[in-house]
Amino acid sequence: MSRVLTLKINGEEMTGRERETILEVAQEHNIPIPRLCQLDGLSTVGACRLCLVEVAGAPKLLPACTTYVTEGMEINTNSERLQNYRRMIIEMLFTEGNHICSVCVSNGHCELQSLAMKIGIDHIHLPYLYPKRGVDASHERFAFDANRCVLCTRCVRVCDEIEGAHTWDVSGRGIESRVITDLNQPWGEAESCTSCGKCVQACPTGALFIKGSAVGEMTKRSEFLSLIAQRREDNRR
Amino acid sequence: MNLDELHALAARERERQAAFKHRVIVCSGTACHAAGSDQIVEQLETAAKARGLDSRCEIKRGGCRGLCAAGPMVTVDPANVLYQGVTPDDADAILSHLDTAPVERLRCDTTQAFFTRQKHVVLELEGRTDPERIEDYIAAGGFETFIHTVTERTPAEVIEIIRQSGLAGRGGAGYSTGLKWSTVAKAVAPRKFVICNGDEGDPGAFMDRSVMEDYPYRVIEGMLIAAYAVGANEGFLYVRAEYPLAVKRLKHAIRQAEKHGLLGMSLCGTPFSFKLDVRLGAGAFVCGEETALIASIEGKRGTPRPRPPYPAESGLWGFPTLINNVETIANVVPILREGSEWFTRIGTERSKGTKVFALSGRIKNTGLIEVPMGITLREIIFDIGGGIPDGKRFKAVQTGGPSGGCIPEASLDIPVDYVSLAQVGSIMGSGGMIVMDETSCMVDVAKYFMEFCMAESCGKCIPCRVGTAQMYRLLDKITRGEGELSDLDLLEELCDTVKHTSLCGLGQAAPNPLSSTLKYFRDEYVAHIVDRVCPAGVCPALTQKEAAR
Repeated sequence: MSRVLTLKINGEEMTGRERETILEVAQEHNIPIPRLCQLDGLSTVGACRLCLVEVAGAPKLLPACTTYVTEGMEINTNSERLQNYRRMIIEMLFTEGNHICSVCVSNGHCELQSLAMKIGIDHIHLPYLYPKRGVDASHERFAFDANRCVLCTRCVRVCDEIEGAHTWDVSGRGIESRVITDLNQPWGEAESCTSCGKCVQACPTGALFIKGSAVGEMTKRSEFLSLIAQRREDNRR
Repeated sequence: MNLDELHALAARERERQAAFKHRVIVCSGTACHAAGSDQIVEQLETAAKARGLDSRCEIKRGGCRGLCAAGPMVTVDPANVLYQGVTPDDADAILSHLDTAPVERLRCDTTQAFFTRQKHVVLELEGRTDPERIEDYIAAGGFETFIHTVTERTPAEVIEIIRQSGLAGRGGAGYSTGLKWSTVAKAVAPRKFVICNGDEGDPGAFMDRSVMEDYPYRVIEGMLIAAYAVGANEGFLYVRAEYPLAVKRLKHAIRQAEKHGLLGMSLCGTPFSFKLDVRLGAGAFVCGEETALIASIEGKRGTPRPRPPYPAESGLWGFPTLINNVETIANVVPILREGSEWFTRIGTERSKGTKVFALSGRIKNTGLIEVPMGITLREIIFDIGGGIPDGKRFKAVQTGGPSGGCIPEASLDIPVDYVSLAQVGSIMGSGGMIVMDETSCMVDVAKYFMEFCMAESCGKCIPCRVGTAQMYRLLDKITRGEGELSDLDLLEELCDTVKHTSLCGLGQAAPNPLSSTLKYFRDEYVAHIVDRVCPAGVCPALTQKEAAR
């Protein structure tokens, strides 16, 4: 059994277990920490930087999703500084792609949109980059609109870790990075794809969707992932 | 190979060398090689044969003497004469003056500040050993320190010597090497690794390249000692593929060391085994970051991951891994040989030892230098570097490449150490030092480095991926003469976010060239925006307008 620890989040004392992350402890205690790349049931990569928190004594901000709690840790999850950084990061995401909510299948059910609303973003003060990105509708049942992709790599991880197909991966570097299927073939020609649709359910925005969805119709369910992960873990024991 | 065998081999080699009355050593470093040192060697060999000197005079290839600006360099021993700007046609003159006074017109003054103000620890072999002959390195005392260490000291003693020496990581961050070693040594695991980071990728940096090309055996010996100290039996030399000569020489050196029983199983009659291999980087700058480097060796996409866990705890394939930069590794042998106290006497209170710098840009003596920590930037640039050519005025010095900042004239008297450089908004970095004069536009310089970081960002985390692109676009807008004053506020805001929220060192340091120029050369930005003029006359859009007026 792992040791029980006491720590403080936002001044409040609470308990956590060794090998639990700050995010897990915060979730248990209903303390909201925004995140985009993290999804229960998948491995963590610490890439979106939205869950950065201040830890007393740490010289740098730490991602709540990958940092384990320690005895006596003092964490601040919502300082003004953190709010400003989160606002900036979300603005960066809006400028990086072409996010037009009014015509999006995920309007009203989009994690990026709801994060922006929670943080109170009503306008973008960074210049838009307006990249030229395409849509891949070659798959029989699903489609990928790269304009709405935030490169959280949930699709890459769910396909590799849960489905075991590893159809999705990332190509290119920096601002040119894209998620691709197989060896950058059209999705419909990607032989490794099992058409299970887990990537669609894991995707936080309208980038991956079921064909035939109209504006605002694409609701997603990703809860099953943590159940699968939990049962696999139980079986292993 | 045990100590007696090593001494016997060294004696044989020294005897062979003593048969020659003279030794002519031609620099085969990158700069001299590019300036035609190969032809010089050929010409010297032909001329020596023609003169019947080939049994009295050995002609060999050596390493860098530092003053790349005056290359190709030729050293004549034992007279200790250094020639500069040698051409193949000079071969005859050099050989005919072996027994008489040196050729005056070619002579390089070794009493000038460039040579006398340096302190060589990493470069202590002075480019006199043949990088492709292990016998030459052994004759110069090579591998003796390793054999003494592995047969006479415990790993804990070795780590304590390194810790007490105060050696800090020369890759840029300056983390205590002793502490790193002891963390890996204390980790309990069935396998451990030692990695030497030779993925030097900063524009204007060629220190590690020189060390790997000129002293491959020194790097191997340092890695052997590191592996023995931390309990690792496998190692990798991660070298960027853009350094083909370094790769060739390291591979050759590994083969020779294996042949001589200095790499492999049960070394020097002890249970210690070490297997070493070279891995090539595919040109991604971010692979110099240790977690990205590990991913690259594992055959994965070269992207960093959050630390902790640090590689010392969970590194290559999840095993404890020691990663040290080439120059750090190259410091190990002298420290073990001379003792930690000797090393602490060099440098300052907080930064010990020496640092190798690659001087480039608008400076007279471009080349490779090694100086004690604590020397001032002014001494490096104006004494050792010889100042700015063509009577131009000094403007700024850029240290640490795309992760460092531009330091103005007013801060030139700060001592070169990790803390002081950080205080003026730059970093020690791996050792690139680019000097700029009045003909450089600081906005253009910031744009250049930002473009580099944007292209080299791996794309994993949002602040670095999008932030560098946003900053580059704004800088480009300003250099095109379309900037607004509010862009400067936006740039500052972006600098702050990218610096504090990026995942790895690349992103965290990417704003440095921009924020340091915004701080020290804000007037140039304002001139671009308000007056629509590029004061240095570099940005095309703003110089043509000026001319039209």
